Amino acid sequence: MSATTREQRIIGVVGATRAKRARFRDERITMAHGAGGKASQSLIEGLLLPPLANDALERLGDAGELSLHGVGLALTTDSFVVTPIRFPGGSIGELAVNGTVNDLAVSGARPLALTLSLVLEEGLAAADLRAEIEAIAQAAETAGVRVIAGDTKVVERGQADQMYACTTGLGELDPRARLAASALAPGDRILVSGPVGEHGMAVMLARGQFALEADISSDTRSLWPAADALLGAAGSALHCMRDATRGGVASALNELARASGVAALVREADVPVAPVVAAAAELLGIDPMYVANEGKLVAVVASGRAEAALQALRALPGCEQAAEIGEILPEPTGMVLVDTAFGGRRVMDLLAGDPLPRIC
Amino acid sequence: MRFVGEYRDAGLGRALAEDIRRLVEPGRTYKLMEVCGGHTHSIYRYGIDGLLPESVELVHGPGCPVCVLPMGRVDDGIAIAREPKVILTCFGDMMRVPGSRGSLLEAKAGGADVRMVYSPLDALAIARDNPARDVVFFAIGFETTAPSTALTLKRARTEGVANFSCLCNHVTIVPPLRALLESPDLRVDGFVGPGHVSSVVGARPFQFIPADYGRPLVISGFEPLDVLQSIQMLLAQLAGGRCEVENQYRRVVPWEGNPAALAVMAEVFELRPHFEWRGLGFISQSALRLSDAYADLDAERRFAVPGVRVADPKACQCGEVLKGVIKPWQCKVFGTACTPERPIGTCMVSPEGACAAYYSYGRHARERELV
Repeated sequence: MSATTREQRIIGVVGATRAKRARFRDERITMAHGAGGKASQSLIEGLLLPPLANDALERLGDAGELSLHGVGLALTTDSFVVTPIRFPGGSIGELAVNGTVNDLAVSGARPLALTLSLVLEEGLAAADLRAEIEAIAQAAETAGVRVIAGDTKVVERGQADQMYACTTGLGELDPRARLAASALAPGDRILVSGPVGEHGMAVMLARGQFALEADISSDTRSLWPAADALLGAAGSALHCMRDATRGGVASALNELARASGVAALVREADVPVAPVVAAAAELLGIDPMYVANEGKLVAVVASGRAEAALQALRALPGCEQAAEIGEILPEPTGMVLVDTAFGGRRVMDLLAGDPLPRIC
Repeated sequence: MRFVGEYRDAGLGRALAEDIRRLVEPGRTYKLMEVCGGHTHSIYRYGIDGLLPESVELVHGPGCPVCVLPMGRVDDGIAIAREPKVILTCFGDMMRVPGSRGSLLEAKAGGADVRMVYSPLDALAIARDNPARDVVFFAIGFETTAPSTALTLKRARTEGVANFSCLCNHVTIVPPLRALLESPDLRVDGFVGPGHVSSVVGARPFQFIPADYGRPLVISGFEPLDVLQSIQMLLAQLAGGRCEVENQYRRVVPWEGNPAALAVMAEVFELRPHFEWRGLGFISQSALRLSDAYADLDAERRFAVPGVRVADPKACQCGEVLKGVIKPWQCKVFGTACTPERPIGTCMVSPEGACAAYYSYGRHARERELV
């Protein structure tokens, strides 16, 4: 076998392994399994999915879809465990509403109702809890949803970190588009609804681990207005939306490229990043494309309607800096490429685990 | 971003790439080794390799301190972390490096108190705040990070922080370079020299490379224009028949290095007779341990560490990959027994190692070559 043939064969083996559903082979759960990268993927696809498998779950969307007497519904659930519970720009209560509302919104579903489940640590100050419930009420009102059921548990000191919140959301699928992670087609354009990396960076700095202060606020907000505007402007040309939370825009695009069997090409210079976020990320050795957002979506739109979709987004308060950041290519399948601002091209893969800072 | 954006200017990058293309002799191929993991990171981060002519190939060198740490040392760290009163602190990228039975991240999941710090001084602060615990700093890195460890140990001594100690895995840059150069099958025409290490040791320690081994070296910064300019300077040396140490990173690296940093290192550390490097084997006088004057702060003496040597798997050919003798895909275990999720050798450990990069990006790189 010639060298080239052998190399091609090995590249083929690696490609086939990467395309397969990830296996779970770890002995314990580590923090990496919660970080949204390759370890999370192996946990979901290798351990959680197989025993529970059904067609709605297997699509691995932000919400599961079901149909009831001809009405399309979306159902989703999310737990919130952020430390500290209050940070510049938001708090755990606001996140608990917006996070679930946004999973519905990017699935193309108008949010209808939420449930709220709280796990409270013994000793939590009543004032803190009251403040969070008020934040939840306020966020729900802004997002136009009602909390229609709930549950409360109290655990002993040390068994939870102040408070955890879990919300489940029900939404009605909007008939204007049929969205799917597998619906991306070559030529489609990639839009992002505003500057990336703000939430993750705000929380990281609020933890006070780094002797670094910067004026960065979380971007937590309901994405339904943005989703609604995109559905209105692009209709069926809107192929997919993703909430760029844990793992950031980079992970969202990787998941979509893999699910659709296409490549995504991002023009780094066109990705909006606030200068203060870029500077903090630079100091910490972290790429803002991998940093979590709580109020930014990635949308993939057929090229003919991309400009109209972008203008519709930019007309919304909070989305003025929406941008077209790249396009979908046929090859290399399942990969995200970046044309760097410097003029080179690189691969933007899923992270193995948490974005750990580098020393070298 | 001011003071950073200037070194990422695409127009200047294109001009340098043009210059590089003019310096390349038709029909000749060039293998240049970037010594630092930081350079490898910049090369991938900015897509610098794609701006070079096909005849210029970059070989990733041994300068990633996380990747070259042998499994036995990770096992020692984990053993200490499992001691009941211990808080083990380390840099973030050390957390995932596999030992013979798992990584520090997995030890943490198993109940050990392992905490990530940005600076050894943060570890000392943890020791001050937890007087009833034994706080151990798992020190890694070349001469870049060794001075900050040394300063921290001095401060621990001055302040009398008795519950602080250091598991020292600091390594030095010259011995592994010499070991690579001694290898008869090394296929490297020149070196992109380490930037941060040189800010401490200066340029002088690298003069043996042109003098004894006939290869040029250009000390380089880490921004994309720095790396491109260093490659251009190396190719200019090769084209002009020159062979010397040049300093591209003059805004940071003084020719004589940093005498204060060298002095504190000399006070706190001494050379180990030999140290094992993952993928490269034992290299004499290539690592540091605490000097006798600081023996009481040495975790290796304070705790009963297993100190068991774990052999690199025989099939692993990282040494050959590092020397540029074989490509990652030519290694017998590449992509089968050795993958980024379950790495065997140093080149697969860090995402920027030659094998990990090829595993993740090989298909894309291959397509570029075919265009």
